[in-house]
Amino acid sequence: MKVKDHVRDEVTIRFAGDSGDGMQLTGSLFTNTTALEGNDLRTLPEFPAEIRAPAGTVPGVSSFQLHFGSKEIMTPGDECDVLVVMNSAALKANLTMLKKGGVIIANTSGFDKRNLNLSKYGDENNPLDDGSLDNYTLLEVDISKLTKESLSDSDLSYKDIERAKNMFVLGMLYWMYNRPLNSTISFLETKFASKPDITQANIKVLKDGYHYGETTELFTDTYTVKKAAIGSGDYRNVTGNKATVLGLVAAARQSNLPLFYGSYPITPASDVLHELSKLKNFGIYTFQAEDEIAAASSAIGAAFGGSLGVTSSSGPGIALKGEAIGLAMMLELPLVVLNIQRAGPSTGMPTKTEQSDLLQAMYGRNGESPVAIVAPATPADCFETAFEACRIALEHMVPVYYLSDGYLANGSEPWNYPQQKDLKKIHVSFEPARNGDHEKFLPYVRDERFVRSWAIPGTAGIEHRVGGLEKEELSGDVSYDPDNHQKMTMLRQAKVDKIADFIPEQKIDTGNEKGRFLILGWGSTYGMIRTATRELLEEGVDISHAQVRYLNPFPKNLGDLLAGFDHVIVPEINTGQLVRLIRDKFAIPAIAINKIKGRPFFVDELKQEIREVISSKS
Amino acid sequence: MSLETKIDLHTQNGSSETESYKGKDFSSDQDVRWCPGCGDYTILKQVQNMMPKIGVNKEDIVFISGIGCAARFPYYMNTFGMHSIHGRAPAIATGLKVSRPELSVWIVTGDGDSLSIGGNHFMHLLRRNVNVNLLLFNNQIYGLTKGQYSPTTPEGSVFKSTPYGSIDHPVNPLALSLGSDGAFVARTMDRDPRHLQEMLIRANEHKGTSMLEIYQNCIVFNDGAFELFTDKKSRPRETIYLEQGKPLVFGDNEEKGVRLDGLKPKVVSLDDGSYSKEDLWIHDEQDNTKAYLLSRFFDQKESVDGLHLPRPFGVLYAIDRPCYDEGVRNQVEEVVQRKGVGDLDEILRGPETWTVK
Repeated sequence: MKVKDHVRDEVTIRFAGDSGDGMQLTGSLFTNTTALEGNDLRTLPEFPAEIRAPAGTVPGVSSFQLHFGSKEIMTPGDECDVLVVMNSAALKANLTMLKKGGVIIANTSGFDKRNLNLSKYGDENNPLDDGSLDNYTLLEVDISKLTKESLSDSDLSYKDIERAKNMFVLGMLYWMYNRPLNSTISFLETKFASKPDITQANIKVLKDGYHYGETTELFTDTYTVKKAAIGSGDYRNVTGNKATVLGLVAAARQSNLPLFYGSYPITPASDVLHELSKLKNFGIYTFQAEDEIAAASSAIGAAFGGSLGVTSSSGPGIALKGEAIGLAMMLELPLVVLNIQRAGPSTGMPTKTEQSDLLQAMYGRNGESPVAIVAPATPADCFETAFEACRIALEHMVPVYYLSDGYLANGSEPWNYPQQKDLKKIHVSFEPARNGDHEKFLPYVRDERFVRSWAIPGTAGIEHRVGGLEKEELSGDVSYDPDNHQKMTMLRQAKVDKIADFIPEQKIDTGNEKGRFLILGWGSTYGMIRTATRELLEEGVDISHAQVRYLNPFPKNLGDLLAGFDHVIVPEINTGQLVRLIRDKFAIPAIAINKIKGRPFFVDELKQEIREVISSKS
Repeated sequence: MSLETKIDLHTQNGSSETESYKGKDFSSDQDVRWCPGCGDYTILKQVQNMMPKIGVNKEDIVFISGIGCAARFPYYMNTFGMHSIHGRAPAIATGLKVSRPELSVWIVTGDGDSLSIGGNHFMHLLRRNVNVNLLLFNNQIYGLTKGQYSPTTPEGSVFKSTPYGSIDHPVNPLALSLGSDGAFVARTMDRDPRHLQEMLIRANEHKGTSMLEIYQNCIVFNDGAFELFTDKKSRPRETIYLEQGKPLVFGDNEEKGVRLDGLKPKVVSLDDGSYSKEDLWIHDEQDNTKAYLLSRFFDQKESVDGLHLPRPFGVLYAIDRPCYDEGVRNQVEEVVQRKGVGDLDEILRGPETWTVK
């Protein structure tokens, strides 16, 4: 039978299976190959919080969505074109994510009576047979059986053979999308370097999957997605957490400081600890503390000693750090706090994304306790934003919150990575030693930016004491004087406000500088808002988009920029947090669009919500 | 290329010779604000007096405290200091010591700070054996909040929050320290300045976390809590001063001793001819089992056998074992040796790249 090849400018594939089926790895490998082929892309991994929820059940399903194309790709895709399901639970959990008429590739051995019961279809109701999937193109492949046959000569255990079945899927999809196998083969060779039999088995299954696509008559179509017209330069694929790590390491280098990272394991921030702990030869000290409070406190201790102190967490872990962050603010020491946000409140939904900690970052400490806040917009942007968080902390002697989230942390995209020679220097100087009978060192003397000097132990003649008690201006001695307290409170606020003079002005991302509607976003909603705005512009709507990276203080021109529009619409993955800050600061009736489902916006739903706002204002 | 950082460049400018100091050089310009007669005054004075003896420049000394009366201590020391947040001084000290191992780091804490709100950090500091000194001022009361019972207050005590008597079983700080694998565990008291100073010097000399519990009298809210051990009349009968290699002898005329019957300590008479000093328990700081038994000389009540054990003072336990801060530094150096100083461009590039023309 003749196979027909189709050219597509974008495709979304979703891999879904039991959390033990290796779907995250399959998705990542397809992503790397796709990136190397020059497509633009975005990914969205979704996995259960339980490490191994009962196999075969809907709560145990893990999935990975990849959106790639020859045009600009800014989101992981609202719906997928192809859904790969390793068992019936995966189908049940993901069918709503598939486009009408889309392709389902189903592993038939995952639809046996046991699986049908576990996924609560019931053993008499196999969705592959009952006509319920008639509106889709259903491709049934007994992947488990074919993998076993592929390895019939192998001495591997049943378990190892069973584990290789994701390579069969990957091989088939590589054939379907005209992708080369070499990147995955070299990955397998490195990953299982010490187990050559496993390497060879996986490569064989991968190739057999590819050849199966070629020879079987089941597949009638292949697809070509050409290289994307992205800017020239050198690219790599990067996840948000990885880019965050690189931003921190680069900031340590560019400030010539040791990096001290105090952290306690928590989803989805732990990968930053894992990655940094591999980089000891960069002079990086990672400390897995006994708890979240110790993680933050140890970073403060290191910062007191002159290191770039960084702590990280998510959700409830950040709540625990509140008092320590207040201390760093009071001591006026640099501290970077990474909050890889997850769905709250309390333990919430650890593996799901949300933007609901902005007001906590802004106000979540006792007393008047201002800190700076920045938020990255895309996985690759995590690099520059993490670098900026460090720069602001070090140059302004202030704690800085960095608000990433689960979607950015695990999502990936191609990155036109920089070289060290292109990076900014971060300017740090320590208070010099004093000899002889100099007058008393005053630790809270400020420069024109209201920043005090960094006076580290080991420096003769400037021995001094700092603490969480209110300090006398200049001397830093404990003071309960009412006027002094007011003055110090205002000075600490002025210091944070002054940062606005040292950050870039706010720019419009898409659309005109003035007009009827401005969509104002922050953080990880960037790609969806940008795509929605572009599509609405094409429909003739008078609309623009700006994404705020610097959330405290805001860029100096933000007020003027907002004033150029009749209406400001603020979409967020929360119940309205930036919108409150905007209303408060600029006294404008900004309009909120909110979603709290533990997932990013879909472009279509966002467009729909925006249209509703627009029609209510017409 | 090396890993030399701005800190190295900055601190290399300091003088390499150690200054000679007097005790008053360690006194800051701040008025000391503890209550008149507070035990903290003696401790401060002894710390200031011992500092010239340790041979460290004062710019290289850092005192870190949490919250409580004791936590005001750093303000009165003319060294670097941080008065931090409740219970967290061990965590702050760990971050500082790991990143700046050349500094002499001292933690000043109290029974509430270290054993209640900061109990977690206390335990982890000891098990990691970070090379710092921890001075635990134990006064069996919350002083700064004006007199509530603390985690070391004996059961039945009547204070502001326990008008019908405390039903809270007290923690035994030395047993807890040994249970956390503390490598240096010692006890002293504010009313014995000579012993206090000797213990401070021992604590400083020991490499690793040196946990020194100091019985400290709160004159306002819990006066006389340790009177049995500090009063001239009862002290000989109620205390035993430990010395390495010496038998456990106590009493008004050194007429009593402690003997080990298997693992059971027994008080015996030395003046009725049945036992001599040779029959007694010989103190061995490196014996973990004996240290644990000594830490259990704790109950104020008569023991089951009707024997009343004296409270031990001195170094119960002191062994050398690897320090966390040193381990962290060594590992970094080892990886640098093996892999060379990290190349930022290499990790920015990552394992796989492609070029768009």
